[in-house]
Amino acid sequence: MAEPMKIRAQAEGDSANVKVLMNHPMETGQRKDAKTGQVVPAHFIQTVTAQVNGKTVLDAQWSQAISKNPFLGFKVKGAKAGDKVSVNWTDNKGDKNHAEAVVA
Amino acid sequence: MNTKRRTFLKGAGAAGTVAVAVAAGLLKPTEVLAAEWNKAAFDAKGMPDALKVLNATGAADSKDITIKAPDIAENGAVVPVEVTSKIAGTSSIAILVEKNAAPLTANFDLANGADGYVSTRIKMGQTSNVRVVVKAGAKSYTAVKEVKVTIGGCGG
Repeated sequence: MAEPMKIRAQAEGDSANVKVLMNHPMETGQRKDAKTGQVVPAHFIQTVTAQVNGKTVLDAQWSQAISKNPFLGFKVKGAKAGDKVSVNWTDNKGDKNHAEAVVA
Repeated sequence: MNTKRRTFLKGAGAAGTVAVAVAAGLLKPTEVLAAEWNKAAFDAKGMPDALKVLNATGAADSKDITIKAPDIAENGAVVPVEVTSKIAGTSSIAILVEKNAAPLTANFDLANGADGYVSTRIKMGQTSNVRVVVKAGAKSYTAVKEVKVTIGGCGG
């Protein structure tokens, strides 16, 4: 199972600023293992969705070209302190992870 | 000798079945994902193809899109990119790296009050233009910023 991710949501004026840090190797499928010389198979996050109070605000599709341990930042207008933000991702091997935070 | 050979064959047969089962099990989730994840767009090689799949070939240049990225990135494996679109009704933001093997890096669909803003970190193989395609209503807009890369971040 994937490692937990960090999520923080902060109210800024009339919108909320959400920052997510995920733990993922994001292998491109192009890199070779230094010891064995074998190509490391691709392993990367493909879809990320974010909800505020159960409503989808962001639906992202990613390629291998997102950096290792991906960072994602986005802003949601109208979200205020106390609102619940949840983030889900799925990678190309079917692994999933989920995190929740409350807007502060 | 004979018995050993028999055990070996038996073992090989069993392993074969497992492999088939695993392959079938692994194939399924990928197929399901493919429906959601736009494989054609991410596999597109070269900028014109990627833009075509995104349906953004004739995207208009826009000054309302701001790309915040370093002029010179020392490490191509981690290039912070921040995109702000001031275009009203921004519904999606796509980030493409012109000279990467597959240019389309990420596509963000925004809804229900999400601002025209995303921030992330991308990998770049070499010095290249970073292109952003924003969709608002039925129209596409685009902007470009060049990022010089000292050490590539795709192979290694």
